[in-house]
Amino acid sequence: MNVKTFLAMLARDAHVARRNMWALLTQTMLQPLLFTFVFGRVMTGSGMMPASYKGMLAPGIMGMSMVMTGIQAVSMPLIAEFQFTREIEDRLLAPMRIEWLAVEKILAGMVQALVSGAVVLGAAWLVLGAGVGLDFHRPLLFAAVMILVALFSASGGLMLGCSVGQTQIGLMFSLVLAPMIFFGCVYYPWSALGGFPIIQKMVLLNPLVYASEGLRGTLAPQYPHISIGAVAGALAAFDALLIVGGLKKFYGKAVS
Amino acid sequence: MGVGITTKELRKVYTSPPPMAAGVAGFSMMGMRGSAPKGKKKSYEIIALDGISLAIRPGEIFGLLGPNGAGKSTTIGILTTRVRPTSGEARIGEYDVWRQQVQAKWLIGVVQQRPNLDFSLTAREILLFHGAYYGLASAERARRAAALLERFHLATRADEMVRGFSGGMMQRLSIARAMVHEPEVLFLDEPSTGLDPQTKLLLWEIIREYNARGKTILLTTHNMDEADELCHRIAIVDQGHVIAEGTPAELKVSIPGGYLVRLHVGHGSPELTGRLERLPGVTEVRADGNAVDLYADRGGPLIGAIVNAVAESGTELCDVHISEPSLENLFLHHTGRSLRQ
Repeated sequence: MNVKTFLAMLARDAHVARRNMWALLTQTMLQPLLFTFVFGRVMTGSGMMPASYKGMLAPGIMGMSMVMTGIQAVSMPLIAEFQFTREIEDRLLAPMRIEWLAVEKILAGMVQALVSGAVVLGAAWLVLGAGVGLDFHRPLLFAAVMILVALFSASGGLMLGCSVGQTQIGLMFSLVLAPMIFFGCVYYPWSALGGFPIIQKMVLLNPLVYASEGLRGTLAPQYPHISIGAVAGALAAFDALLIVGGLKKFYGKAVS
Repeated sequence: MGVGITTKELRKVYTSPPPMAAGVAGFSMMGMRGSAPKGKKKSYEIIALDGISLAIRPGEIFGLLGPNGAGKSTTIGILTTRVRPTSGEARIGEYDVWRQQVQAKWLIGVVQQRPNLDFSLTAREILLFHGAYYGLASAERARRAAALLERFHLATRADEMVRGFSGGMMQRLSIARAMVHEPEVLFLDEPSTGLDPQTKLLLWEIIREYNARGKTILLTTHNMDEADELCHRIAIVDQGHVIAEGTPAELKVSIPGGYLVRLHVGHGSPELTGRLERLPGVTEVRADGNAVDLYADRGGPLIGAIVNAVAESGTELCDVHISEPSLENLFLHHTGRSLRQ
């Protein structure tokens, strides 16, 4: 691999992200914060939900933000650059194997997902006020889950970005991302689906479940959650699958 | 030292619609097959290149001339690592383009048919980042970017986002970008499309300057004048084949007669064709209904005789068009079609 070329492409993505920082931040933060406010503050404050719901909600919201940010950060530019504007061609011609460009995209997406997770976590904490009940006693485990989640989101973005056409972006949101969020154990723990055994089994195919449950398991272990070992295994498997599949798709798009 | 380009029996068959990725905007529709036997997946086959062999010398300006869909862009796509050849071999210097992609990519600069600038950046940033992809040091990048912006008359808008640029400005910037890393081989796919005459002249001047530094240039065009004016040698391609190759002068001489006189008559007839063939200086006559093409070693002096021959055949002359020896005529001669069709 040509390190200089790779770093220059990372620098380019960082430069563009800096330029669009406010738009990116708004896109990342607004929805999660509204959710956090309505469910974590309004509903708990009015007594319609127990105060303990706050600690349950925060890791889920954080996982969702990371996943959505990573997916969008990688897939949206790819969809545009491969199709209408073909902006990506200059980078495909750079003196580096083209697979590394996909790797660079994943890396840039991961960074954005991690930043988004950290920002949302901090902001949610502020919005929720007292009694969130998160604990940071296992920082290494927490970091490991964060990285697995970020990797999943960015490689998922690569896969989607190379599979979805420009005209199907709306479909991607309503058909892939929306069900993923609602069946992603963001607003409830996986065990809460116990009353719907079929759905409970089916959602195990949804990687967001492991992101939410994994973050819940490390940040708020007092709530029911899938074991960290299972979460890590599932996320690693999804990561591997999406990286291999995404790279293949990317290559197929880049070379005819 | 310069770097040449060779291709041997290059073939490309698309089995699915070519994605836009490869810059393949036009491709030949010949050899397209309909549906396969029932129950099987519909088969799709487009033969874009059918055995293209070229030997482009180091330091040469070489032109690929042909109509849309002739295979020009596919050839460039293969030579720039973006299209996988179905068979055959393509080399930039000593490197096999498909097997040694990265080495080949170091040597080349590419201007695609349609501008593909990075819309998230300003004009200057586009050049700077491009330089960075090739590992240029920061000061050197800045120096080259400034010089190119100046040379391409883009300096005044250098720090604007390219989104608002006109087509011509984008095209100029695309060419400047391809030159930032000073590649040994420069590919220009239809470089002057969409440029006004003045900018076209500027571009030609820049291409010649670049070539004077020993760089090899491969350009595609369907513009005769451009090929004639700029290229040391030309290959005329049609439907995936090279149909003629040589210097512009050699090629023009190779047309029988050189002059082309195109007639429209009231009624074409074998008798008229026979009479025209017997006229002095006429080397070939092709009649298609009321349209008759005459290849001859003279133009104007033949008109009197033509008028008489037409009258003697009992029909009238509706239109006469004389064209001097040109690549356009050459193309017409080889394919029976005009380049613009």
